[in-house]
Amino acid sequence: MKTLKEYTVKALVVCVALTILCGVVYPLAVTGICQLAFPKQANGSIIEIDGKKYGSALLAQEFTGDEYLWGRVMALNTGAFHDDDGSPLLYAGPSNKSPASAEYGRMIAERVEKIRAAHPERADEPIPVDLVTGSGSGLDPHISPAAAEYQVERVARARGVTADEVRAVIAEYTDGRLLGIFGEPTVNVLEVNLALDGILK
Amino acid sequence: MTNHILQYVLYLLILVLLAVPLGKYMYHVMTGERTFLSPLLRPVEKGLCKLMRVDPTQEMTWKQYALAAVMFSAFGFLFLLLLNLFQGVLPLNPEGLPGCSWHLSFNTAASFVTNTNWQSYSGESTLSYLTQMLGLTVQNFGSAATGIAVMFALIRGFTRVKSTGLGSFWADLVRVTLYILIPLSIVVALVIASQGVVQTFSPYDTVDLLQPVVLEDGAAVTRQVVPLGPAASQIAIKQLGTNGGGFFGVNSAHPFENPNALSNLFEMISLLLIPVACCFTFGYGVRDKRQGRALFLAMLILLVAFLGIAAASEAGATPQLAQEGAVGISASGAQAGGNMEGKESRFGIAASTTWGVFTTAASNGSVNSMHDSYTPFGGMVEMLQMELGEVVFGGVGCGLYGMVGFAILTVFIAGLMVGRTPEYLGKKIEPREMKMAVLVCLATPVAILIGTGLAAALPATADSLNNAGAHGFSEILYAYSSAGGNNGSAFAGFNANTPFLNVSIGLVMLFVRFVPLIATLAIAGSLAGKKKVAESAGTLPTHNALFIGLLIFVVLLVGALSFFPALALGPIAEFFQMIA
Repeated sequence: MKTLKEYTVKALVVCVALTILCGVVYPLAVTGICQLAFPKQANGSIIEIDGKKYGSALLAQEFTGDEYLWGRVMALNTGAFHDDDGSPLLYAGPSNKSPASAEYGRMIAERVEKIRAAHPERADEPIPVDLVTGSGSGLDPHISPAAAEYQVERVARARGVTADEVRAVIAEYTDGRLLGIFGEPTVNVLEVNLALDGILK
Repeated sequence: MTNHILQYVLYLLILVLLAVPLGKYMYHVMTGERTFLSPLLRPVEKGLCKLMRVDPTQEMTWKQYALAAVMFSAFGFLFLLLLNLFQGVLPLNPEGLPGCSWHLSFNTAASFVTNTNWQSYSGESTLSYLTQMLGLTVQNFGSAATGIAVMFALIRGFTRVKSTGLGSFWADLVRVTLYILIPLSIVVALVIASQGVVQTFSPYDTVDLLQPVVLEDGAAVTRQVVPLGPAASQIAIKQLGTNGGGFFGVNSAHPFENPNALSNLFEMISLLLIPVACCFTFGYGVRDKRQGRALFLAMLILLVAFLGIAAASEAGATPQLAQEGAVGISASGAQAGGNMEGKESRFGIAASTTWGVFTTAASNGSVNSMHDSYTPFGGMVEMLQMELGEVVFGGVGCGLYGMVGFAILTVFIAGLMVGRTPEYLGKKIEPREMKMAVLVCLATPVAILIGTGLAAALPATADSLNNAGAHGFSEILYAYSSAGGNNGSAFAGFNANTPFLNVSIGLVMLFVRFVPLIATLAIAGSLAGKKKVAESAGTLPTHNALFIGLLIFVVLLVGALSFFPALALGPIAEFFQMIA
């Protein structure tokens, strides 16, 4: 009985000490260092030009216009977050659909048809897989270079520029693999679209 | 394709190269020897022990050690429960989030003290900064340190002769946290924050959309939310401590948790680093490095086999996605190809599949892609690793002691075959150890199968499913496998935030954490009291290829016998429907 009481008290003391060390000192120290050393990254990688916040370089926005590069399929969520005035804010999540079901097959078939119709120049080519699928976060800001190249003629046509001009902008916002090995090459969709609109230079 | 194979090989290589020296370092931490961090940390350690009146030289019996571990977890549980319930009236809640329901609070508290980190909640829309920081982050450290401490006690059980002491839980807890978890976490947190993981106490930001989104009812959405918070500090420890509970709902698939290939590399290696190192710590600890290497190799062989199956399955995608060639799924220099549903472009197939297999091998449970959207066999491999009891490296500390349970079972079966008294690492294995080892090995399958069976029988569970048919059953099986392996990953389409599911999954997590933990300490206590038996011609060597093969066989046998029927109803059935 004596042991039980002693251990209970000690457990409480250790629990409190650990909470202060790991729950207060540690996160505050890391926050302090991050805010000093890399404030932009630690605050959401916001693209801010002349005081206007155009988005986060790391969060996808949905693009459906012909003049814009399209990104991954987004499962939109406009119910979870609201502005101060109550208007809905955009957020998104994953589909969590099994890619092996008949229902999924029908859904992809619909997307294929829609994308085919918008890209007559590419009628004979398979559609790059990331254009017809949803991402893990629903907020994937990137597509593959193949998926960007697939859309070049459509964007050029809608904007009345040459395909190579669009390609040049895309190339500007394309990143290779880390050390040429890890991860995958990516194109940042929002940055390309901001550049196409002449906002990002 | 070549690049993907190179990525798989390098991920494994980097992992092992870092784990070997860490394993040795952890052994020095266990024995309290001087390390290169001692000049900095020894004064802190001494100060903390003095403040808490902990005597580092105290020797606890196994029952005292177990009592300390359980009481420590109990307070953690209580504290986290209260934080969840009352976060609405507590500070550091810029979004004004309300307190959680009783069953969600129970589930989250159980989940984090058991090192599971099952997410019935969705971080950014459910939990305040205070709950994340003071509750979740702290339990990430506490539950991980508890697992490693118990492993230390087990090692002492093997090495001590005719003794009753297993060391001091309090001192082990403090050392593990100070010397291992905090330094590694600071390094990882700073690296990932430099890449774009958020770390701030500012409220959520909002930005304008370049192209407004028009909803079905005609309303236009013109702004986007940018969720923030002290994420990097929590993500570092959730990876390192095999915790896995994300700051955001979609875990490390979220660009703010894992923005690029560099952050991914650090997070992915972190998630398996300490469990792999534990094998080597064990080898040093029992003063026979070959023993640690044998356990390591058995786990590595299983890991590589599972990785191979999942990688091939994900790269092959499904006929439903390929649409008879209309969708390009082959890998090239310009795209990753394969099954990209639920996967991020920056990670592609290789970095996603490696993470998926690592996280279910370690009982981490963080994800950088959505497991619900894996191909049938990709998803099955993940489920199976959890169902094997999380012994393919497994959780920090607990994976290793789980595997030692299987090793004891193996020497017993081998002993039966040749008719000799089994022994392991110079200690006779007798009925008491066998009973406890069986408890360690069977707690997981029993809890998973009973939980899945009950949930599947309940009509209301159908409302929680996101997919129909065989995949729907897989969602239930995955949920209980995840809880039963203290893993925490999910087929996340499954809505587990209902009273029945929250409570039953919470109970499974508590059961599979504390039954094996106490049984392991009972083994340690009983072994410590025995004398060493000299090695003889009749001793079964436990460091050679034969033993490694036998151990793998026993692990697979227990897993296959327990789970084949359930897997046949889930992923295997789905596979045949897919190709039909």
